[in-house]
Amino acid sequence: MRPIAKPLAGLLRWLGSIALGLAGLILVTFLFAHFSPIDPVIRIVGDKATPETYDAAKAALGLDRPLILQFAHYAGGVLTGDFGTAWSTGQPVGVDLARAFPATVELATIAIIIGAAAGVGLGLIAGLWPGGWRDATVRVVSLLGYSVPIFWLGLLALLLFYARLHWFGGPGRQDVTYEMTTVPVTGFLLIDTLLAGDKDAFFDAISHICLPALVLAFYSTAGIARLTRAAILEELHKEYVTTARAKGASQARIVLRHILPNIRATLITVIALAYAVLLEGAVFTETVFAWPGIGRYLTISLFASDIPAILGGTLLIGACFITLNSVTDLLVGGLDPRLKR
Amino acid sequence: MNRSPSLIIGACIVGLAILIAVFAPLIAPYDPNLQAIADRLQPASALHWLGTDGFGRDLLSRLIYGARPTLEIISLVALLMAPLGIAIGIVAGYYGGFVDRLLMRFTDMTMSFPRLILSFAFVAVLGPGLLNVALALALTSWPPYARQARVETRAMRRSDYVASAEMLGIRGPRLLAGHVLPLVLPLALVRIALDLAGMVLIAAGLGFLGLGVLPPTAEWGKMVADGTPVIFDQWWVAASGGGAILVLSLGFNLMADGLRDILDPRHG
Repeated sequence: MRPIAKPLAGLLRWLGSIALGLAGLILVTFLFAHFSPIDPVIRIVGDKATPETYDAAKAALGLDRPLILQFAHYAGGVLTGDFGTAWSTGQPVGVDLARAFPATVELATIAIIIGAAAGVGLGLIAGLWPGGWRDATVRVVSLLGYSVPIFWLGLLALLLFYARLHWFGGPGRQDVTYEMTTVPVTGFLLIDTLLAGDKDAFFDAISHICLPALVLAFYSTAGIARLTRAAILEELHKEYVTTARAKGASQARIVLRHILPNIRATLITVIALAYAVLLEGAVFTETVFAWPGIGRYLTISLFASDIPAILGGTLLIGACFITLNSVTDLLVGGLDPRLKR
Repeated sequence: MNRSPSLIIGACIVGLAILIAVFAPLIAPYDPNLQAIADRLQPASALHWLGTDGFGRDLLSRLIYGARPTLEIISLVALLMAPLGIAIGIVAGYYGGFVDRLLMRFTDMTMSFPRLILSFAFVAVLGPGLLNVALALALTSWPPYARQARVETRAMRRSDYVASAEMLGIRGPRLLAGHVLPLVLPLALVRIALDLAGMVLIAAGLGFLGLGVLPPTAEWGKMVADGTPVIFDQWWVAASGGGAILVLSLGFNLMADGLRDILDPRHG
C-alpha cells in the first residue's frame, strides 16, 4: 500500500498548498476592498444622494450584510470567474481581463524565451571561465539588470530605438492600420496574424513586441545568468566531472551531456520563477509601452480608482504566480530523483 | 573586507546617498518646489546643471531632495518587516509543535504571494503615501526573516546556554528577547542588506505609478513619470530621476554582492 499512498499524499499536500495560497489571496484582496477609504456606494449614487438612496444602493450591493456573508459572496464570485463589474468600463471585470490577458502572456513568453537563452548562455560563459574578463563582464551585466528601474529603461529604449533610430515599432501592439484588419482568434497577435496569413501585420506585430520584450528579457537575464553560473561552478568540482574528464571527454561534451542535465532542476526553477516575476513586472513595462495587457489595465483602473478592476487583475496575476511556482515545484520533484525521498 | 571591493564601493554609494538626503537643504542650489514657468523644460546649463522640468523646477535640486522619500521608505520597511518576521520565526522555532505548524503555514502562504502586485493593489486601494508604500512592502516581505529566525532558533533550542537561562528562571518573552534574539539578529541584518536594492526598485516603481509620496514632494520615480510625456523631446527630465534610482539600487546590490562573497565563498 505504501508505494501508492506516498505519492498520493504528496499530491494532496501539493493541491492543499495551492488552495491555501489562493484562499489567502482571495481573503487579502477582500480585506483591501473592505478597508479601502473609497466608498463603493458613493461611487454609484454620488455624494449628493439622500440617505434613503444611499441605503438602498448599499443593500443592493449587499454591503449591509454581515462581513462573513459578504466574504462568502465575494469568494464564491471569484471562484466562478465573477470578479464583479468594473466601475470605469461598466463591463464585467472577467470580460476585461480575458481580453487583456493574452497580450500580457504573449509579451512575457517572448521575453522569457529571450531572457532564458541569454541568461543561461551568459551564466555558462561566466561559470566555465570564472575570474576572467568574461566573468567580470557577465557580472556587470547582471548587476545592471538587477539594479535598473525597468520603467526607466523602457522609456530610454523607446527614445533611442524607436524615436531616434526607428529600428522598432513604437508603443502599442501594432500599428493603427492593422488594428482593424486583424481578427482576434487566440488573442495572441503573433499567432492571429499568421493564421490570417497577413505577412505585413505579422512583421508589424514583431516590430512592436521586440522592444518591450527585450527590456523585460534584460531584467530576467540578470537573475538567470547569476544562478546558472553558481550552479555550474558547484558542479565543476564534483567527481563525476573529473571522471568524465579523465575518460577524455571534451569540454563541450562535459557541459552538454553531464553538467546541464544535472542542473536542469535548478534551471527550470529559476526560469519559471523569472517568468512569474515577468507577469508581475508587466505593470511597469505595459504602462510605458502602452501594451494593452493586464498591467496596463491595472494602471488605468488605478487612475479611475476602480477597485473591482484592480482587485480582479491582482487576483488573476496572483493566481498565475502561485500556480506557476507550485507547478515548478512538482516538476522539479519529478525531474530530480534525489528529491523523491 | 579586503577581499571585496564591491562591498566597499556599494557602501560608499549608499553612504553618499544618505549624506545627500540628510544635508539636502545645504547642497541643493534651489528650492525643489520653486516653479518658474518661464524657464520650463530647459536643457542642462550653468544655471540648472540638470535642466528644469515641466514646471520650471530645478532638476538637480529635486534629485537631491528626492533621496529623502526613497531612503525613508526603505528604512521604514526594514524597521517593520525584520522585527515582524523575526518575532514570528522565534516564537515558531522556540515553542514548536502546533504553534510552529500554524505560523509556518501562514509564513509559507505569505511567501507564495506575488510581492510587487500585492503591494501595488494595497497602495492602489488603500491610498497612496509614504507610510502605505512602506506597510505594503513590509507586509509582503517578512516571510524569509521568519523562516531564517525559526531555523536558527530551533538549532539553539537545545543548547546549553538556553537551558541554563531557563534554569535561572528566565522564561517567555524575556528569554526570547534577551537570549535568542541577539543570536538571530546578525544574519537578519545581512538579509536586510540583500533585500534593500529590490525595495528601492519597487518603491520607485510605485512612485512612478503615482502611488508614492504626494506631489509636489520630489521623488525619483515620480520624476521619471513627470518626464514620460516629454521623453522624445526633453529626455533629461526623465533621465536624471531614473539614473539616481539605478545608482542607489546598484549601491545596495554591490553591498549585497560583497556580503555574499564574504559569507558564501562558493559563489565568489
